[in-house]
Amino acid sequence: MSALLELQGVTAFYGAIQALKGIDLTVNEGEIVTLIGANGAGKSTLMMTICGTPRARDGRIVYDGVDIHAMPTHEIMRRRIAQSPEGRRIFARMSVYENLLMGAYGREPAEATETMAQVFTMFPRLQERRDQRGGTLSGGEQQMLAIGRALMSRPRLLLLDEPSLGLAPLVSKAIFAAIKELNRTTGLTVLLVEQNAIQALKLAHRGYVLVNGAITMQGSGAELLARPEIRAAYLEGGH
Amino acid sequence: MPGTMRDALKDAAISALIAFGLFGAMVGLPTVTGPGGKLSLDPQPLTVAIIVAVVFVGRLGMLLWQGRPKAPPKPISAAPSRFQFARIAGVVLLAVAATLPIYGGRYMIDNGVLVMTYVMLGWGLNIVVGLAGLLDLGYVAFYAVGAYSYALLSQDFGWGFWTCLPLAGILAAFWGILLGFPVLRLRGDYLAIVTLAFGEIIRIVLLNWTSLTGGPNGISGIPRPTLFGLKFTNTDDPGTFAGFFGLEPSLTHRAAFLYYVIFALALLTNWVSTRLRRLPLGRAWEALREDEIACRALGINVTVTKLTAFAIGAAFGGFAGAFFATRQAFVSPESFTFIESAIVLAVVVLGGLGSQLGVALAALVMIGGGEVFRDFNEYRMLIFGVALVVVMVVRPRGLVSGRTPSVTLGKGVHIGADMMSQGHG
Ligand SMILES: Nc1ncnc2c1ncn2[C@@H]1O[C@H](COP(=O)(O)OP(=O)(O)OP(=O)(O)O)[C@@H](O)[C@H]1O
Ligand SMILES: [Mg+2]
Repeated sequence: MSALLELQGVTAFYGAIQALKGIDLTVNEGEIVTLIGANGAGKSTLMMTICGTPRARDGRIVYDGVDIHAMPTHEIMRRRIAQSPEGRRIFARMSVYENLLMGAYGREPAEATETMAQVFTMFPRLQERRDQRGGTLSGGEQQMLAIGRALMSRPRLLLLDEPSLGLAPLVSKAIFAAIKELNRTTGLTVLLVEQNAIQALKLAHRGYVLVNGAITMQGSGAELLARPEIRAAYLEGGH
Repeated sequence: MPGTMRDALKDAAISALIAFGLFGAMVGLPTVTGPGGKLSLDPQPLTVAIIVAVVFVGRLGMLLWQGRPKAPPKPISAAPSRFQFARIAGVVLLAVAATLPIYGGRYMIDNGVLVMTYVMLGWGLNIVVGLAGLLDLGYVAFYAVGAYSYALLSQDFGWGFWTCLPLAGILAAFWGILLGFPVLRLRGDYLAIVTLAFGEIIRIVLLNWTSLTGGPNGISGIPRPTLFGLKFTNTDDPGTFAGFFGLEPSLTHRAAFLYYVIFALALLTNWVSTRLRRLPLGRAWEALREDEIACRALGINVTVTKLTAFAIGAAFGGFAGAFFATRQAFVSPESFTFIESAIVLAVVVLGGLGSQLGVALAALVMIGGGEVFRDFNEYRMLIFGVALVVVMVVRPRGLVSGRTPSVTLGKGVHIGADMMSQGHG
């Protein structure tokens, strides 16, 4: 297995506050990797740093053999990395259809048409609601739209930040199933941040635990699930 | 709703009290110069009573209107059926506007020119504020740049209107980009303050750079536009419009010509902005207005997107400015004060941010209506203000709210590539 994304000693700052303290992390081609950690651990920061906002101060971010850490964000995203950011952030006043088109920004229209058909097959609900305003969709539908929008750029690497946020268990199960299906059928590589650690670790091939901006543990999904300290910190208490 | 009624009464009473405090002394106790030059007070209790009563009733009415039982929300589709109505209204307005010089007299044509100028400015600013969501309070700066560009180019190089028009647009766009760079990272209130300052800076520079701009005296004798070289004058010499077509010389011809020039410029603005809205760039502007971080995450070049919005909006301001200069044959910094920016912004907001038809209607009501009220000179701004408040209470999202999507799929499931790139449907 070859590494598609490799972070080496990556740090990031918000002003004087250090949010990432030397992250080493690898995501291999075709893998689902999950990142778990408490609130404020720096998970979202890590996802955004890969995209260049905030920019990594030290270290290297190698994607597909190229160091991307100093590239402008739009150039990074052009290399078929897509992110569904935390909190969905869909365009509230634009229709579902327009939201999806934004995901294919800068791509060939023909390619976008084809990809949209695939997204609609995966989330038929979006097709039903094609002309509805994004902001009036239900939370679950908005999440589907956020993922669908990210997929519109036909990514090799998909960064998903808390796709199950605020969703009913059944809906979040459906979302996880969709991610798994994508990975299985198209070989899409996924880096997934989740609060719902059990579901995430069950789904993922491997996982990392982030505490206060540093990786403290890593291993296969099953391995991490079995660790007593993980159970104590992230799994008991409502999940 | 007895509680609501009581609260409303209380609120209205407080408003009336404030009105009394404000106007009691200002309006109620004017000083008059009596015989022998002595100042004395001339109490006006009735006027104050009327003002206070109007404020009380107005505030009460407004609160009751807002507190009225609301109809259950209708399902919101991005493509409302009102779209049809808007289309018909647009066609009617267009027909009325296109034939105005035929049925209207000189006075109406001149007013038409004025209204059209604001329609154009409104549509231009709409690109920046309505589509890209960048609150620009200094739009008048680009209007000024356009006007002075033409004034100076014609004065110093003897160039005509049609040569200078594109140059004025380009220069304004350049200033738009120049303004855009420092404000790239600002949003909302901060952006508004900086753009406001920018507008003032341009005006003050024009005022003080006397050697170039003539300072407060401005520039006069700016040449009028010609129709393929034909001049519009009071005579029927061979080189004039009247002489060439063998018509009775009349200055109404020039007014009508100017009207059609600004009409065409406004239509161009409208055409370009509706066209852009359907292109990826226009959609990116709207996405930027909705959520900048999401735009970044989707790989949109936020810098370029913002700068193009500033530049294109500014270019149309520049075109309108060049037209203003040629219509007046005179420019001075006085014409480019903040109130102009405020009026254009009011046209855009009243029209319903982002709505082309709404902007045209708002300009018609505000500028055309303002002209009708010119006889009530002192009360013009008052009526203007009251009208603004009423519209914002009754239709908080502007005259024509609700955005029609730039692309829809119609009934079919076919998502043709041709549709995607051109936005038919
Ligand atoms: N824009 C910002 N400016 C300053 N500090 C920030 C900013 N964004 C995040 N932080 C801080 O950086 C730290 C990491 O935040 P981050 O959003 O990455 O956490 P997270 O692991 O995603 O948390 P959660 O699970 O709650 O989403 C937090 O302490 C947060 O307060
Ligand atoms: Mg987070």
